[in-house]
Amino acid sequence: MTTLLSVEDLHVSYGKMEAVSGVSLDMQAGQIVTVIGPNGAGKTTLLSALMGLLPCKGRSRYESDDLTALSTEERVRRGICLVPERRELFSDMTVADNLILGAYTRWRERRAVQADLDEVFRRFPKLAERRRQLAGTLSGGEQQMLALGRALMAKPRLLLLDEPSLGLAPLIVREIFRIVVGLRELGVSILLVEQNARAALETADFGYVLETGCVVHSGPAAGLAHDPRVIASYLGGKVEPSS
Amino acid sequence: MTPEIAVLLAQDGITTGAIYVLVALGIVLIFLSTRVIFVPFGDVVGYAALTLAALQLKRIPGTVWLVLTLAAIATVVEVYGLTRRHQARRIPQALLYYAALPVAPAATAYLAAGYDLPMWAGIPITFAVVLPISPLLYRIAFRPLADASVLVLLIVAVAAHFALSGMALVFFGPEGFRTAPLTRAFFSVGPMTVSGQSILVVASAAVFGLLLFLFFERTLNGKALRATAVNRVGARLVGIELSNTAATAFLLASALAAISGILIGPITTLYYDSGFLIGLKAFVGAIIGGLVSYPATIVGAILVGLGESYASFWNSALKEVIVFGSLIPILLWQSFATRGGVVEDVEEEEGESRT
Ligand SMILES: Nc1ncnc2c1ncn2[C@@H]1O[C@H](COP(=O)(O)OP(=O)(O)OP(=O)(O)O)[C@@H](O)[C@H]1O
Ligand SMILES: [Mg+2]
Repeated sequence: MTTLLSVEDLHVSYGKMEAVSGVSLDMQAGQIVTVIGPNGAGKTTLLSALMGLLPCKGRSRYESDDLTALSTEERVRRGICLVPERRELFSDMTVADNLILGAYTRWRERRAVQADLDEVFRRFPKLAERRRQLAGTLSGGEQQMLALGRALMAKPRLLLLDEPSLGLAPLIVREIFRIVVGLRELGVSILLVEQNARAALETADFGYVLETGCVVHSGPAAGLAHDPRVIASYLGGKVEPSS
Repeated sequence: MTPEIAVLLAQDGITTGAIYVLVALGIVLIFLSTRVIFVPFGDVVGYAALTLAALQLKRIPGTVWLVLTLAAIATVVEVYGLTRRHQARRIPQALLYYAALPVAPAATAYLAAGYDLPMWAGIPITFAVVLPISPLLYRIAFRPLADASVLVLLIVAVAAHFALSGMALVFFGPEGFRTAPLTRAFFSVGPMTVSGQSILVVASAAVFGLLLFLFFERTLNGKALRATAVNRVGARLVGIELSNTAATAFLLASALAAISGILIGPITTLYYDSGFLIGLKAFVGAIIGGLVSYPATIVGAILVGLGESYASFWNSALKEVIVFGSLIPILLWQSFATRGGVVEDVEEEEGESRT
């Protein structure tokens, strides 16, 4: 397996306040990696920095390139795509236009984009019904689906997901995790930030636990799911006494 | 006021209003995609009219020197930036966009000046000479400030206006110009006569308005421009390069300014600073539309044209006062109706772009 993304000693600050302090993280191609942690741990900040939306210090490489040298737009063109916590949809534009703009960097491949549009509509029939509706008038859950659909339209190779299941009904949450697993089969790597730690660790190959800007635990997801400290803080279960 | 006069004034008002529509659309286009209130926009309109007038008088239009100066500065800025970022292989492209393309029409105008140019040659030359002005100003003054606040951008825009209108005084002198009529035809529709000129102006405004609409609705680049206006972070996340959409917006707006100038040239006598006033009135129209909606902008600009036309009948000395005075109740009404919606939106966006 090849290393797709490797981040070393990343620091991100808002003014004087450091929100991410010295995070190191590795992702193999075709892996699902999850980052869990309490509110305010710096998960969103980490993803924004990886997308180039926030200035940061530290080394990061994507494939064989220095990531820090690339602008956000160049990262999108290289196949990195973020579904942000705040969705950042084009609220005054239709659902269909939002999706078409998701494929903005692929303007050369008209036919393929049309096929992908149909594919997204097939995955989210709710969006197909509302393709002429303005994105800003969709319900919270529908906006969530649209944000994910828009990211899929870019055909990402590294997808950064910031709480994709937030505010969604259980049935749709399951559909989202199914999509995530399906994407891995297509060779897409996914960095998944989730409040739903149990589902995230069940889906992921590798996990990191972030607290106040630092990685406190990391390891194969299955291992983390059985780590007593992680269970106590994030999975809400009792620590089973080790025999 | 007799009904005949009322109809005549309405016709006049709609004609100038149609030109304000084009100018106002340009102002809104730039504001929405870059948050710049482009104060020198009216000056660009003035440059277009005065350029055509100079060509018709067989003089070298001073616009040539303006474009050459702007192109030289922009080329230096761009090439310096590329060298510093070690992107030397993009220099040839920069030279094409910032030097060759703007200079070619200016050189044509320089060489063509002195000949008796027919209308069909003078108008395209004027259009091509004026076209690069706004994009070059963007590259020099606004692109380096992409993350600045709306206020800073406004201050820079005001400075650019003073620079442009000062140079216009040097280039064209204090006297007024009026270009040759585009057509001398008259049509009688029932009891009233309509000038071919008016029809041409209104038809052009309608055609270019429609083209703009199609661009926004049907093309990917047009959608990208709208997306940038709606959500700048979202636009970056789908890979839209904000500096490219901004350059496109300035280029399109510049085209609208050039067309407006060519259309208004034969209607009124223009001085070196008249363009600013045209821009200001169009801006009033844009404000009536709240600076956010294209259809409302069109209505607003036509209202301004009509208002000006009737105001000049009642008291021509006070017509500007009446037009600009009408802004006060409109602004009051808008601030009550929307509680400062535009300003809030802009501030919100700035907050977002920082996160
Ligand atoms: N724009 C900002 N300015 C100042 N501080 C900020 C800003 N954005 C986030 N922070 C702070 O940085 C810290 C990390 O925030 P972040 O949004 O990354 O947390 P998170 O892990 O995503 O939390 P959640 O699970 O609630 O989404 C928080 O303490 C937050 O208050
Ligand atoms: Mg978060």
